[in-house]
Amino acid sequence: MSDTIEVDGKQFAVDEEGYLANLNDWVPGVANVMAAQDNLELTDEHWDIINFLREYYEEYQIAPAVRVLTKAVGKKLGKDKGNSKYLYSLFPYGPAKQACRFAGLPKPTGCV
Amino acid sequence: MAKATFEVPELSQYLDVPPVTPQTMAHSLPFVAKPEIQAPLGFPGELVDDWQEKALDKMGELLGKYRSLRVYLDSCVKCGSCTDKCHYYLGTKDPKNMPVGRQDLMRKVYRRYFTLAGKLFPRLVGAEDFTKEVLDDWYSYYHQCSQCRRCSVFCPYGIDTAEISMAAREIMDSIGVGQKYCNEIIGKVYKIGNNLGLPGPALRDTLEGLEEDVLDDTGVAVRYPIDQVGAEILLVTPSADFFAEPHVDGLIGYGKVFHEAGVSWTLSSHASEAANFGMFIGSYENMRRVAQRIREAAIQLKVKRIVFGECGHAWRVAYSFLNTLAGPWDFLDPRYPVPQHICEFTYNLIQEGKLTFDKGENDDKVLTYHDSCNVARASRMGNTPGGQFEIPRAIIRATCNHFYDMDEDTIRDRTFCCGGGGGLLTDDLMELRVKGAKPRVEALNNVMQEKGVTHMAAICAICKSQFTKVLPYYGMEMDQIVSLHQLVSNAIVLTERDEEEDDEEDAEEAA
Repeated sequence: MSDTIEVDGKQFAVDEEGYLANLNDWVPGVANVMAAQDNLELTDEHWDIINFLREYYEEYQIAPAVRVLTKAVGKKLGKDKGNSKYLYSLFPYGPAKQACRFAGLPKPTGCV
Repeated sequence: MAKATFEVPELSQYLDVPPVTPQTMAHSLPFVAKPEIQAPLGFPGELVDDWQEKALDKMGELLGKYRSLRVYLDSCVKCGSCTDKCHYYLGTKDPKNMPVGRQDLMRKVYRRYFTLAGKLFPRLVGAEDFTKEVLDDWYSYYHQCSQCRRCSVFCPYGIDTAEISMAAREIMDSIGVGQKYCNEIIGKVYKIGNNLGLPGPALRDTLEGLEEDVLDDTGVAVRYPIDQVGAEILLVTPSADFFAEPHVDGLIGYGKVFHEAGVSWTLSSHASEAANFGMFIGSYENMRRVAQRIREAAIQLKVKRIVFGECGHAWRVAYSFLNTLAGPWDFLDPRYPVPQHICEFTYNLIQEGKLTFDKGENDDKVLTYHDSCNVARASRMGNTPGGQFEIPRAIIRATCNHFYDMDEDTIRDRTFCCGGGGGLLTDDLMELRVKGAKPRVEALNNVMQEKGVTHMAAICAICKSQFTKVLPYYGMEMDQIVSLHQLVSNAIVLTERDEEEDDEEDAEEAA
């Protein structure tokens, strides 16, 4: 993985796992470029999740727990979507890790 | 699931010992810790100039401090008993993943510098200089050991490869070669209080959400308190229990058990982590600093008892070392074990007839149980030998109608590691994790075919995350792994409780 990614003609530093090095750098184009690296195209459904992650991070300085995320999604988009299966269908590498990377959040560490 | 960029092993019906294929995993290296990750742990930021001399000094220090290390390095007779016992060898075919091969990476250096024969006739006794190539091999292969200690069960001398790999990691850290995953996490515990880096407000938000959910599901108000001074019990649980699935379903279960016990309890934002990665990197000093947080929280919250949630290596640290690391615990209630495992707590209540279960709630599942290595081989539960095997199974039998064990050679003290323990649960080691899971997944697959097993319960956060991730590589579903207390949570019949009467009298009677 290269140490920078190019978004709208600008270079952004990333760490060895592809997460944004400076979280304040984030612009929506970052998510699109990272998704392209993973062969994904972001839809409105992806953006619902990414925006929620960013709002939560702003308030709590950490990604939401998976259950907090699924509950919020369920409330907003209907109960059938308030589960991990739905999130994995959007983010195959896992909502906690892949979606956080796209959203410019730090990678959740630990036994997860 | 993400696509595999390596070959996923094929499952077979019987344990297949693969032909030796050298160097298949020589490319496997976890990310190296950067200076800013090393510093808070007291380690040099990068490889120091005189690394060989420093490493040998450290090795000498460890040989003097840990008699066991010297005995392990001296006593191997190359009998071969261990060669087919490591899940990483079975999954990767790489002979340096045979326990003896892994030990020899350190043994050859030990012989060269610390034995007379090795100093005089190195080539006759398999002694080798500590070169950069050897150091690179150390970094690769001592991060291919999950410190599960299965090999030590079969070694006639009881050589514990885990202890050798811990020593190797400690030596490497001391010369500035640290592993990013473990060391970044230990730094987060110092800075924020847990491996995930969940600050207090996020913990409170998550716990409030759980209270709402349980009320919605059951109609009963079950509390998930945090930082409550004067509670009877401090629950110390892995931070994954707040964050991940199926872990959180276990946490919900602990709360329901405490509710039914009528005992007051609390989590702590200061000690919001049971895990202690200081053990994985062999650093006594870091292990002690992490453990001290539990003592500080217990004193500050004025609790009388400490209970640990479902976390494998945390229970080893708690059961075997907590008193030395963070004792004395003379301010706790002496009538209870210090610490107690949540499984002991639940089991005791079951024995006393204080919990009511509707087992039918788990009838959509046929269960098996995965013994987590650090619980199985490095600790105990309850008052009888083998309690760590029997108590979790007794809880499953009390809460589920359908339970079958996996093959005897793969459970209890012969259990196979999940493949992600010992500080290897990181994406940069995914190939190793998938291949190392093979023997366990094979045994699981066999009971799925033969007994119709649908789910596997575990009591370790690492095991749960590892299986969630690797089962799909083998064509299984990520939600086939469940928390033990998730089964308790599903089946427990809750009673309404009046907050007032809670704390005083009922607490006295509780487990």
